[in-house]
Amino acid sequence: MNLAIKDIRHNAGRFTLTTAGIGLLLMIVLGMAGIYRGMIDDALVVVDHIGADLWVVQHGTRGPFAEISRLPANLEYRLRAVPGVADARAFVSHNVQREHHGQPLRMNVHGLSWPEDKGEWVNLIAGRPLGQAHYEMITDASLGLALGEKLELGKDVYTVVGVTRGMVSSGGDGIAFFTAQDALAIQFDLPGEAIRLERTARVQRAGGQDLGQVQPLLLERGGGASKQLPALGSPMVSAITVRVAPGADPAAVTATIAAWPDVTVYSRAGQSELLVHGMIDKARRQIGLFLVLLAIISTIIMALILYTLTLDKLHDIAMLKLLGARNSMIVGLILQQALLLGALGFGLAWCLGDWVFPRFPRRVLITREDVWSLALGVAIISVLASLLGIGKALRVEPNKVLS
Amino acid sequence: MTTTAPAPPAVEAIGLTKIYGAGNTEVVAMNNVSMQLARGEVVALLGPSGAGKSTFLTAIGLINPPTSGRIVIGGEPVMDGARALVNLRAFRRQHLGFVFQKANLIPFLSAMENVALAMEINDTAPRRARQRALELLDYLGVAGRAKNLPTALSGGQQQRVAVARALANEPSLILADEPTAALDSQRGRQVMELFRKVAHERGSAVIVVTHDHRALDVFDRIYEMEDGQLRRATAAPVS
Repeated sequence: MNLAIKDIRHNAGRFTLTTAGIGLLLMIVLGMAGIYRGMIDDALVVVDHIGADLWVVQHGTRGPFAEISRLPANLEYRLRAVPGVADARAFVSHNVQREHHGQPLRMNVHGLSWPEDKGEWVNLIAGRPLGQAHYEMITDASLGLALGEKLELGKDVYTVVGVTRGMVSSGGDGIAFFTAQDALAIQFDLPGEAIRLERTARVQRAGGQDLGQVQPLLLERGGGASKQLPALGSPMVSAITVRVAPGADPAAVTATIAAWPDVTVYSRAGQSELLVHGMIDKARRQIGLFLVLLAIISTIIMALILYTLTLDKLHDIAMLKLLGARNSMIVGLILQQALLLGALGFGLAWCLGDWVFPRFPRRVLITREDVWSLALGVAIISVLASLLGIGKALRVEPNKVLS
Repeated sequence: MTTTAPAPPAVEAIGLTKIYGAGNTEVVAMNNVSMQLARGEVVALLGPSGAGKSTFLTAIGLINPPTSGRIVIGGEPVMDGARALVNLRAFRRQHLGFVFQKANLIPFLSAMENVALAMEINDTAPRRARQRALELLDYLGVAGRAKNLPTALSGGQQQRVAVARALANEPSLILADEPTAALDSQRGRQVMELFRKVAHERGSAVIVVTHDHRALDVFDRIYEMEDGQLRRATAAPVS
């Protein structure tokens, strides 16, 4: 006769409510693990998908994901000349926030090296890669922009030609892919008045110097567009990604580039490491600690629930002892209920989480390993939580029946 | 002509004494109490509250060991003072049955399951235990309520189920502490008569602690306790 099941059936309402409470608590534990996992996965999505073997960044910096890195865009051509380099592409990435249909729209602007890179590598779920050098964009579905929708950024209007899924930045913002030139135009967009003031100031600076006074043409050029001034540097990008040619030795290519005094080079693994243990490290550890805290709280709550359930049965347990029941039967009664409570709570957490987590604003990534870990954790928590009740039950004297 | 050795008494209590506390707070709850019961004998134990009846009953029931004295059940010495000579829990489930003022049925088990549980605890196979539980409930006239939970039974029915549970493992001794206190006189008498029937038909010895003087005629012997001592024994008029 299974006393645990009989007791549960007799107190079905209370057991159901308790299970629901435990299930919700475990769902939060599972969700925390998912947020933790999602944060790491989001952070690595670009590094993992872009297909770069090496990341070349501003000398002495940790790269565009950790801090500001500025490199001249023409470094791309210098890198292509290195033996063993198959391809080098400018990497432009920055965040913008605009109003769209009265709602804030925050996105990560990512520049693709047109025409070599049209965005074929992104996870397209609708539309196509970029088809022209300007005014087209591919957006992540999380941004809520539909195929064909137009968005004004800076002084230009961009049309959504492709939609991706799961392409988000380490901050959780959906990524919008443009050509690198468009991405730079969006990044360095200035209002007309600011441009006019800068041109005026430039002319005044030139006029105050000898060169400006003897070269009237220079003064005239100074009042024009910046890109027509040879004295000004080429636009700056965040990094250059490098693909090593098949058969080439990545270590040799890395050594060549690392010898240059103006850049620092990281492997894909190195860049991933910097992301996980740099940029998102504190958030990752905070969520990890919160996860541990939640597990401890769950254990305490389950222990209290099981202890209370045991206290309610102390008289019956005393009667069982009076009838001569072995300790194994009494321990089994409490332990089976604890494990059943944990198992049903876990099942509920899994089902509820499966329904709720996709509706969260940031990705909650539940891996099979996490699910099994939680299942094992719940089993351990259930056993630990039942120890308090078991201890109490084993100390009950059979003569308590008389009281 | 063959001679057979006489069957040992169902229970022998020899010089049982129970002292609570020590020094100035010492209370002698039971003082040098001796009693011998044969199988099939039903005795009543009367006495005012605090006389030591329950102390005697729980000592004999192996749930509250005496300070000194010996207890022999079915010819087997089980207690020597506070020292157990056998595994008390195992001995209880095999040889003793209990009935209390409250039926103390397990609330989440049906009447039949309450009786069967006592047998399963004593290693009877579940199917056999259920079958025998139904037989016992039938014997006690509550077979019709076998599937009911205790809350669906009247007080008298609950006590009958408790008696069935006490009988489940065919104990050599049944101990009942105020079993009719919660029942009206008619049902109280029915329960007392039930003990007599059980003792005489099944051979168990029965000790009933009671305040109820209206059904004393069903007992074979009547003892009275006062100030921790078994004062006198009288023969009960058997109707």
